[in-house]
Amino acid sequence: MSNFFDILFSTDFAFSVLRVMTPILFAALGALISNKAGIVNIGLEGTMLVSALTGVIVSAYTGSAWVGLLAGILAGVAIAALLGFFTLKFKTHIILGGIAVNMFASGGTVFILYLVSGDKGASTSLKSATLPSLHIPLLQDIPVLGPILSGHNVLTYVSLVSVAGLYYLLAKTPLGLRIRSVGENPQAAQSVGVRVNRVQFVSLLISGFFAALGGAYMSMGYLSLFTRDMTAGRGWIGIAAEAVGRSTTIGTFLSSLLFGAADALANALQILKIPAELVGTTPYVVTVIGLVVYAVAETKMKKRKMTKKELKKAKQV
Amino acid sequence: MDQSPLLEMRKISKVYPNGVVANANVNFSLDKGEIHAIVGENGAGKSTLMKMIFGMEEPSEGEMVLDGRKVRFRSPQDAIDNGIGMVHQHFMLVPSLTVVDNMILGMEPTKGFNIHYKEAIRMTRELSARYNLAIDPLAKVEDLSVGMKQKVEILKVLIRGAHILILDEPTAVLTPQETEELFRQLLALKREGHTIVFISHKLKEVKVICDRITIMRGGRTEGVFETSAVSEQEISRLMVGRNVVLKYDKGDRPPGPSVLQVRNLSYINPERKPVLQDIGFTIREGEIVGIAGVEGNGQAELVKALTGSLSGAEGEVAVGGETILGRTIKEIRQLGVSYIPEDRMRQGAAKDASISDNLISMFYRMKEWNKGLLLNRKKIAGFSEAQIDRYKIRAKGPEQPIGMLSGGNMQKVVVARECEAGPKLLIAEQPTRGVDVGAAQLIHQRLLEMRADGCAILLLSADLNEILEVSDSLLVMYNGQFVAYYPDVKQVTEERLGFAMLGIERQSDAEVRRAIHD
Repeated sequence: MSNFFDILFSTDFAFSVLRVMTPILFAALGALISNKAGIVNIGLEGTMLVSALTGVIVSAYTGSAWVGLLAGILAGVAIAALLGFFTLKFKTHIILGGIAVNMFASGGTVFILYLVSGDKGASTSLKSATLPSLHIPLLQDIPVLGPILSGHNVLTYVSLVSVAGLYYLLAKTPLGLRIRSVGENPQAAQSVGVRVNRVQFVSLLISGFFAALGGAYMSMGYLSLFTRDMTAGRGWIGIAAEAVGRSTTIGTFLSSLLFGAADALANALQILKIPAELVGTTPYVVTVIGLVVYAVAETKMKKRKMTKKELKKAKQV
Repeated sequence: MDQSPLLEMRKISKVYPNGVVANANVNFSLDKGEIHAIVGENGAGKSTLMKMIFGMEEPSEGEMVLDGRKVRFRSPQDAIDNGIGMVHQHFMLVPSLTVVDNMILGMEPTKGFNIHYKEAIRMTRELSARYNLAIDPLAKVEDLSVGMKQKVEILKVLIRGAHILILDEPTAVLTPQETEELFRQLLALKREGHTIVFISHKLKEVKVICDRITIMRGGRTEGVFETSAVSEQEISRLMVGRNVVLKYDKGDRPPGPSVLQVRNLSYINPERKPVLQDIGFTIREGEIVGIAGVEGNGQAELVKALTGSLSGAEGEVAVGGETILGRTIKEIRQLGVSYIPEDRMRQGAAKDASISDNLISMFYRMKEWNKGLLLNRKKIAGFSEAQIDRYKIRAKGPEQPIGMLSGGNMQKVVVARECEAGPKLLIAEQPTRGVDVGAAQLIHQRLLEMRADGCAILLLSADLNEILEVSDSLLVMYNGQFVAYYPDVKQVTEERLGFAMLGIERQSDAEVRRAIHD
């Protein structure tokens, strides 16, 4: 047991939490921005896969990780645009559109992988590039914090900056205000001349952008190759993280961190003699516990709020 | 006044794609700086006319002249750009956002990439001070009272530079105190040179605040008057009236023992507004009791309380001696209560299900309609064929989805289902709204047959023809109360009925209490 706690409280573990969290966080931010505009983008998983493969192929042919990243982003945004085109313009149900994206991505990436590399499982024959890790001067010399926070892949830092960026976008800019109002009461937004469809389309594009970053991280940071279905449900976990985070930017970040920690814990526990299947359930057990704690807290708070309001009303009367 | 009108609607007609004529050859003119009321019953075409002024609908015929130039609005944005603003009856606000967020939505002042909140708050404060509409810019809209929300809506319209304000039944949701405050504010706006269109059917309010009145009935304008030159009685006469007279030979039938007994029924809605106040009446076997009233005076809540979909009502409601308040819909129906709901699309029928599935949706659980675990399809098909025949439902067959039928035929299916259940009490809410004359007559005949068989019937309708021809006795609802009872509907004149419906006259409590038979 002491072994277990040694793992849990090591700087290596804390480092791996951030590493594992990154793709979940990107997916969760993608889910957040589209949900805020009132459209549920369940195509995040597929978008991530497509971007992961595009990044690998393009970086292998150009020899530049950055060009690969750019291509991955363009691919992700293009998929989001396609999804938006069909759901907003032609009124396909968004869930059906999302399922189509996921199925297309799951099969299509294997097909293209085979065409390009002759392998149906992994892109080992392609010499793809990876995005660099950053060692942050000064920060890396601080004990404990240094080894945890420094030396991550550049996209991990981008994901953290994205949290702040998205918060700013939603809370401070006209676009953010329009996105929030469109998601909550589209009639109200429309009645003052906000173009609901356009706002939703832009949100979908941003959502695709984040999913693309998450996908590129998977194949050019987390691993250095593309493997079949490599996102392994991270897009879905991202959607769950957004929901657990109550559609707030900060909440989404914290719950992504929690899911990341659970994932990292599952990885770490594999060296102990616990059945792998049991270890694999950790992230889900954490989710359930998290939701229960949250639900209890929420009900208590609502009750408190209610009684306050009642008191106020009683005073007025 | 010799000045030309600010806004003029000339010979406007609006025909909807389904053939409904909402406005026929309507003329309307608005002078600068006046408060102009548009009054009329539900369905008189007021809302359609306003939607056209605000660009939500385009007229089929006719022209609009604003400030001497011809205009055409294709969207509300066009109307807003031309200085027209509308305060909708159902607020167009985003509840989780603050007042200032709602104010500036779509026209945000910016500083760099950011919303310039300081400026936005300053604009809000300035407007609210100028028009004396006190409001906290940083409060969340969901925490505001209804009256405050309305102030936000008015400010929203003003901040967009509107000088013509359309208010769609603004007082419907307000308390009397809030209404008074609203009137003071509207008068202040008028002094500032704004022009206001005030849609209402509360004549007292119209008399208090408006300069001129346009009366609409049945999609037409019945006239324009200076408020001071016309009495409430005259307005009422022009608003309420019958166009075509239906005649049925009902035959005399002395009513039997009472079936539905309602005593002291009251209900206060979640906004703490008393919607039903001390309602009491009886319906006896073989009696059709009509309830007339302008929509929104508590009829909908009364029906909900009688059919088991309203929680929180207090009082006594009994069917055949058994109390039904607090019982489930299923239990109430098992006591022999049938209900023809007003909204056949949402409540009355399952749109994508077949005619026969809709017909048996009340009985499918009963043994005689089942064969072991499965439905007895043969028997059901026979029953459905018989109903299609009896009610002259125009359909390809019992398996056709009900949603494919015309409104009248769909309504016949609903009526067939509710009547064939053999109820002791039938509640018919607007049973012929939006159906053709043929279907309406068939439905009326069926109600009269049910009456002859001893069924107690409650008929709620906004259609005076229907209510005066089909009912035996008549109650009038106003402001959540019964204000008049006529034991014999033949003695009622339309004029008296109009006065009661619009709250101009009311009978004494003792007279209304006659509706309770013991």
